[in-house]
Amino acid sequence: MSHLLNPESLPPVSLLATAFASGLNHYLLLSALLFAVGFFGVLLRKNTLVIYMCLELMLIASTVALVAFSRFNGTLDGNVFVFFILTIAAAEVAVGLAIIVALFRRRHTVQVEELNHLKH
Amino acid sequence: MADLLFYTFAFLTLASAVLVVVNKNAVNAAMFLLLSLVGVAGLFVLLDAALLAFVLLLVYAGAVVTLFLFIVMLLDTTPGAMKPFKAPTIAASALGLALLLLGVLSLQQRAQLAAGPAGGLVNVTLKTYAEQLFTTYLLPVQVVGFLLLIAMLGVIVLSKKFAPAESGAGSQDKGGTA
Repeated sequence: MSHLLNPESLPPVSLLATAFASGLNHYLLLSALLFAVGFFGVLLRKNTLVIYMCLELMLIASTVALVAFSRFNGTLDGNVFVFFILTIAAAEVAVGLAIIVALFRRRHTVQVEELNHLKH
Repeated sequence: MADLLFYTFAFLTLASAVLVVVNKNAVNAAMFLLLSLVGVAGLFVLLDAALLAFVLLLVYAGAVVTLFLFIVMLLDTTPGAMKPFKAPTIAASALGLALLLLGVLSLQQRAQLAAGPAGGLVNVTLKTYAEQLFTTYLLPVQVVGFLLLIAMLGVIVLSKKFAPAESGAGSQDKGGTA
């Protein structure tokens, strides 16, 4: 039982001693594709809420790249940075959704096409 | 084995991300976002960051997606009433996507990625995270905590109704949009 309480007595556990086979490039490619899908969604969709979800996808894609870099460099800094990104993302979502709700209260729509009052 | 898992999670992540984009219903989009996040959490576990996978699931799946669903319910945007995408929008989005992919992939092809320390695996436990957070990254932790406070205040201010300010502008707005 004592070895559970003292993590230093454990050897470093890796779920993937073989994971270098699917190396850093694969993860970076996945991250780029995920970012691109999110970007496509931001450009394509008209619903503010879905645009916001796509923004979250882009943020997540960047965290995948950071964790992969951190893992394949053998450091912890990328992982700690992802902690901060997650915190900021939570704050950002709260504020952004509050803005969307305030906007809906004013304009009664969340479609970006109809939110064009700065144009006229 | 790890390769198979990687491809499974990668496919899950990307497929549900695409479904988030093309789904007509905002609730379904949020659900597919959840599925995509589960895929990313699996990738984090593959990358030896199990703690981050847990935090991702807790923060994103537990809080963010739930918040999205609440807002979708609150705003009552009639589902299924989405207009079909216009051809110029699709063309412009696809062009933007292609340009972005071209740029990123060309950068990645030419990148000189060193192999890194072979088997240079740091002992990723909660303790090492805590040591980093409370020594090297102490100032960022404080700043992020303060930022959360500011965000909380901002949300309270944003969602509060200011009766005198809205009485003038609000009635004009109603006249304009009704």
